[in-house]
Amino acid sequence: MELGPYILLASLEGSVTAAVLALTAVGLSLVFGVMRVVNIAHGEFFMLGAVIAWFVAHSLGGNAALGFAAALIIAPLLVGALAIGADMTILKRLKYDPERTIVATIGLLYIIQQVTLMTYGPEARPVEAPFNTRLAIPWFEWGDDGFSLYWPWGLSTTSYKLAVIGAAITVLMGVWVLMTRTRIGLVMRATQADRDMALAFGIPVERVYAMVFGLGAALAAFSAVLIVPIQQAHYLMGADPLLLSFIVVIIGGLGSLPGTVLAAVLIGLSDGIISVFFSPTLAKILATLLVGLVLVFRPHGLFGVRNG
Amino acid sequence: MTKQIKDTSRRGALKTLAGGVAGAATMPLWARYAQAQTSEPIKIGFQVHRTGIGAAYGRWYGRTTEAAAKLINDNGGINGRMVEIVAEDDGTDPKRGAEVVEKFANQHGCDVGFGTLFSHVVIGSAPRAGELKLPYFVVSEGHHVASGMLNRYTLQPGITDVKSQVQAMAPYVASNLGKKVTMIFPDFAFGHDHRDFFTAAIEAQGGEVLEHIAIPPTETSFTKYFPKIPRETEVLYHVMVGPAVLTFVKELGEFFGPSRPEMFGFIDSLEAVDIASPGLEYLEGTYFWEGNPRHAQADQSDHDKAFRAAVGVNDRGASISDPADVSTYAHMFGCWETLHVIKAGMEASGYQGPGDRAALIEAVEGMTDMPESLAHPQGAKVFNGKTHQVFGHQYISKVEGGTLKRVHTTSIEDTLYPDETDYTTQSF
Repeated sequence: MELGPYILLASLEGSVTAAVLALTAVGLSLVFGVMRVVNIAHGEFFMLGAVIAWFVAHSLGGNAALGFAAALIIAPLLVGALAIGADMTILKRLKYDPERTIVATIGLLYIIQQVTLMTYGPEARPVEAPFNTRLAIPWFEWGDDGFSLYWPWGLSTTSYKLAVIGAAITVLMGVWVLMTRTRIGLVMRATQADRDMALAFGIPVERVYAMVFGLGAALAAFSAVLIVPIQQAHYLMGADPLLLSFIVVIIGGLGSLPGTVLAAVLIGLSDGIISVFFSPTLAKILATLLVGLVLVFRPHGLFGVRNG
Repeated sequence: MTKQIKDTSRRGALKTLAGGVAGAATMPLWARYAQAQTSEPIKIGFQVHRTGIGAAYGRWYGRTTEAAAKLINDNGGINGRMVEIVAEDDGTDPKRGAEVVEKFANQHGCDVGFGTLFSHVVIGSAPRAGELKLPYFVVSEGHHVASGMLNRYTLQPGITDVKSQVQAMAPYVASNLGKKVTMIFPDFAFGHDHRDFFTAAIEAQGGEVLEHIAIPPTETSFTKYFPKIPRETEVLYHVMVGPAVLTFVKELGEFFGPSRPEMFGFIDSLEAVDIASPGLEYLEGTYFWEGNPRHAQADQSDHDKAFRAAVGVNDRGASISDPADVSTYAHMFGCWETLHVIKAGMEASGYQGPGDRAALIEAVEGMTDMPESLAHPQGAKVFNGKTHQVFGHQYISKVEGGTLKRVHTTSIEDTLYPDETDYTTQSF
């Protein structure tokens, strides 16, 4: 394949990765930013979203679009509720102590993963996309007879992949509006800035924590529902998003929403392009190297704020 | 008789323990197996990929193994003793695989180990089986047995190896599909067998491989690899394994759109996947290697009919109870045939217990022709005792109207190659 179409294809593939990654990472970043909890089980909330999507789509049967639409609503709600339950029964009891919550969420990771294995099984199952048309993309060239358009082999995307990017952007805008323009967002930011002062001003901090934990998990579940028609629901699928989310959150700056989105686009696109030109392993190596460099030269991330 | 270790509950185990203690109290221990040779079951350790990337294969290897054990037991067992399958999950992980082999030998007291598929697990487990002197019957397809890489205790008498499969495919591909080939394969031992042996085989036919595209077996998205396929490719040769095979074939279709090259795939890319899945329409008119035709053919043998009925598989190769549950039909017959080879070997050697393990291996090494029968429903085979590898017919099917229709059957001679090792020279 020629260089131009090659880069375009790589960017398109990378954009899908970036879109899903941004959603997942924003959830992780939100939880850390507001609660100071490093949620190791975040990838499992992602996986649960995909698995629930399969259950919903499968039990509704019939129309693919209907099943998918139902999954898009039900999966994040269920996963969010589960996360709120986990927050109230586990994290609250640990008083959100940073070290102990890490251990607790590791435990949560194994519990969710193994329960899924015991109930849903080890198979990878597909969810049908609501719509999926292949869109071939033309490319231009300067031939002997001047400028001409042609259709390179393999240069294409699907309508569904474009919809994933669109949906991710919409939800991210929604989160941004929620954080900056609403009362709930104000309360969250107040809690993030100073927990004790927020408490003194009568903000129900524990309820805010439960809501944030639920919202973070729901975002992961939502992005999993988006990706499951492209990939497939599998009980081990949470590992990669967790690792990549951490990379993104560290590069972008823990707790910074714009930083997280920017880092997700950076990692997603570079993963797409480097994978296509060199190898996927090199893409992961470079991402990890970038994390190392950021930690050395900008320990608070590109957009991070130094917190006292 | 099947015993599933995983299903043992603590309460159940305690009850059994209590029963055992009570039983032991009523009679001297030495009396319990007074007629040990005749009443104790033959224990076959079944190393199964219940979880991990081999899970879909493991599920069907399990069902086939249980069906074969039931058939053997219904017909009186082996040497008058019942067969007991002791199943242990290895997580499709080489390290865990070696531990499972140890459990078979030391904890469960199994007579033999059996059933491993994924080549990296076989390569990780076989040395331990050799050290523990546990006969280890693998159902793996990998060339590692016949290459001499393993040991005298490891045999593959129920399924052919990749080298003989691809070697038999190359003439058909070169003369019917094209000579400029691009290969896509998983990046571990099994895929490397495909890469090395098909490249050599197609060159022997005057063809060439333009590009080798290796994909990590745990990969979940594939489009980013496809631009490496050169434009002048005439035939795309694909083989993929793992939980994401459906994504792989779907994305391959989306990549090519209406202008695909000829395609020749190993059915591994579609094992446990319904060929009528949405997005796979483009496979119409493409070719597949099949170890055993998934869809019942017009000239289906009575043995294939009986095999399908025993395992619980319909004419489309899916579970009778759930048509969405598609089997790994091109591979799972290997478990059935291997168990029957173990039975034949134990009967020929008059096997009584672990002391006769060497005699069992010598008996299997002495086998040659295995005619098509209920014990060998996939077809006739020839066993090579020196390389511990079996050889048999291979099938090429074409997708026509959403059905895999067999268009070519290779002879056993097409699949033979010179011996690369002689395990019989190794001491026990």
